[in-house]
Amino acid sequence: MESKLNLDLKLVEEARAHAARVADDVQQFIDGCTTVAVERTICRLMGIDGVGGADTPDITGENNMGVPLPNVVVEHLTDKGALSQGAAFWVGNAMAETGKDPQAIAEAVSAGQLDLTALPAHSEAEIRAALAPVVKDALAKIKTRRQRREDFIAAHGGEKDGPWIYLIVATGNIYEDITQATAAARQGADVIAVIRTTGQSLLDYVPYGATTEGFGGTYATQENFRLMRSALDKVGEELGRYIRLCNYCSGLCMPEIAAMGAFEGLDVMLNDALYGILFRDINMQRTLVDQSFSRAINAYAGVVINTGEDNYLTTADAVEEAHTVLASQFLNEQFALRAGLPEEQMGLGHAFEIDPAVENGFLYELAQAQMAREIFPKAPLKYMPPTKFMTGNVFRGQVQDALFNMVTILTGQKIHLLGMMTEAIHTPFLSDRFLAIENAQYIFRTMQDLGSELVFKPGGIMETRAHDVLEKATRLLGEIEKLGLFETLEKGVFADIKRPRDGGKGLDGVTAKAPGYLNPFLEEMQKGGGAA
Amino acid sequence: MSSGLYQIRDKDLDTTLDLTRLKPYGDTMNDGKVQTSFTLPVKNDDKGAAAAVLLAQKMGLADPNVALRQSLDETFTFYVVYGSLTHSINYNEIVVQTVTDETMDMHETDEFLQERLGRKLVVIGASTGTDAHTVGIDAIMNRKGFAGHYGLERYEMIEAYNLGSQVPNEVFLQKAAEVKADVLLVSQTVTQKDVHIQNLTELIELAEAEGVREKYIMCCGGARVTHALAKELGYDAGFGAGTYADDVATFCAKELARRLGK
Repeated sequence: MESKLNLDLKLVEEARAHAARVADDVQQFIDGCTTVAVERTICRLMGIDGVGGADTPDITGENNMGVPLPNVVVEHLTDKGALSQGAAFWVGNAMAETGKDPQAIAEAVSAGQLDLTALPAHSEAEIRAALAPVVKDALAKIKTRRQRREDFIAAHGGEKDGPWIYLIVATGNIYEDITQATAAARQGADVIAVIRTTGQSLLDYVPYGATTEGFGGTYATQENFRLMRSALDKVGEELGRYIRLCNYCSGLCMPEIAAMGAFEGLDVMLNDALYGILFRDINMQRTLVDQSFSRAINAYAGVVINTGEDNYLTTADAVEEAHTVLASQFLNEQFALRAGLPEEQMGLGHAFEIDPAVENGFLYELAQAQMAREIFPKAPLKYMPPTKFMTGNVFRGQVQDALFNMVTILTGQKIHLLGMMTEAIHTPFLSDRFLAIENAQYIFRTMQDLGSELVFKPGGIMETRAHDVLEKATRLLGEIEKLGLFETLEKGVFADIKRPRDGGKGLDGVTAKAPGYLNPFLEEMQKGGGAA
Repeated sequence: MSSGLYQIRDKDLDTTLDLTRLKPYGDTMNDGKVQTSFTLPVKNDDKGAAAAVLLAQKMGLADPNVALRQSLDETFTFYVVYGSLTHSINYNEIVVQTVTDETMDMHETDEFLQERLGRKLVVIGASTGTDAHTVGIDAIMNRKGFAGHYGLERYEMIEAYNLGSQVPNEVFLQKAAEVKADVLLVSQTVTQKDVHIQNLTELIELAEAEGVREKYIMCCGGARVTHALAKELGYDAGFGAGTYADDVATFCAKELARRLGK
């Protein structure tokens, strides 16, 4: 693609090199640690599922959700001080000793009949041999899911050209979500995101089963994933096109949600440690380790990740802080590459959040979007609609969303989160969604090729703006390289939010790996082979 | 059915403004014109449109005109309806609770605090309970402010602590005691199933149980919060849509001065 913005490619290379060194530095730390969430994920991949009997109230305090068996096993190992060798090591050892499968072993632990650390120790070779069929099964299951998606798309005319229309459902009740999602798909949605209930990102376990109660969203559970995926398959068959399902692989259960999504055929996952650190106050050490494994799983499952840079602009100013979005996109790209995630699965995020009062604000939005398109040419960029300056004036809101839709079609953004004119008032009505889709389809249709007809004035406002943002982002990445990522976050460079290295939630779930640590899934996933 | 499309004006319409019989205004005084839109869970056909007209009439709309009927799904249809409202209200009888009469800007509030209090006003704010949204509390507290209204952090005479989101009510009160707060600001963005009301009530009850309610000026805010609701829940003031940091600062400064008799 020729650069319409006459971008300085040397500067792009320099920025990428800074980001690569930042990521290498953090990756060294990541490789030395595991977390309770990573180990619970390994339990899930080994086939451990279901809940134990103890009382666990949900966020309302009224319903008992039970303790998920992956938590039971990991808490058992934590209590014995044995987590640093990894759940796979201990469960594999128990398999070699007892001949039982991981689920039966977890149930025995839950019933208090089995102490995993009290069994005779088997050799690493015996443990690996015991685990091998389990690992093979899990990976085959994920691969089959991925194949199913690819076959469905191939059988229905291939991948859609142009933006994917991304819509949100958020009723709290999975069955009501299905009604809304099905209607949205019929109206033209390509991606359905089921917003999670408030507070789920801070739960250190994943609830079990179908759920009908949530605040501002619906629990991410494996059963809810399954129900929604199968409803979308049904409506997809009817419409003759594949409807993607998106959820949130973030918070304290990042890799677990990735594993559950991989099993149930999810297609898109929000997945960004920096977002969790800044906006959910999750400990940075914890979530960077969690992210690495979750991205490896997403990579293997063919899941497109979405990163959360757009959120910076909900607290920081979109004109002054645009370079932090670009800098973070560079970092997210490098972290994703280190987890084995290809560019084609990187939905790097940004947003249309410039104050409508800013003169030429639309030009800055267009420049930023075009710049992201040129710097990350293969990435299915995720573009978020205006939220901060949506006021309750629904009529102006519809115009703001129309401008946002124009930027997408002019610059080839891929994952297009539809703006709602009733943003800031309520969760969308059925009719709000219809009006939003009608707006987007109108603009996408009548301006389909306008982008390729336009050139930008050399030395003009847009070229200058893109150059300034790129230069500032490169300089910032240079500083981050000098400081290290942890120190950068401590100084409040992103989104004007400061986070201490040892602060936030979930640090007590981080453990240094001991010699002999085992994660047989990561090893296999990193060999690749997920791609068909 | 008369659609009213070509009927420019009712000849008998009394076009003098009468505040005791207030009605919406379209393009002529007392025409009562309103626009409404809604979705019905029925097929898009003439029967559905008739249902929309009947509902509009029940809402008190005379001559309802279904300007748009649009299928959203097999059994959902969207209607845009115009009509003339037959109801009126007596404007002169309305009494509303407002937070302050006149809002001071940042400099005026700083000066007011300097003169009356002679020390900084200590404000602690958070989005409490399970609410993960900081947008409301940030709009009021962040230095930058929102829509041209500087946030409390920028005020010279205000010491502002923004604890962010998902702060449990217990922790919030504990922090308030630690920093010797004058003012507690609670923001609630998520309002589904009235979770904000439960949470706001819990904070007041907790403060009362700990015997600290009277120590603080307690305010809540959010898109669905009104001053009247806040008072009902036991807060000193509530700040809803269209209010900014200067409104909050003015109220708190004046209220503290009043309480201290300064």
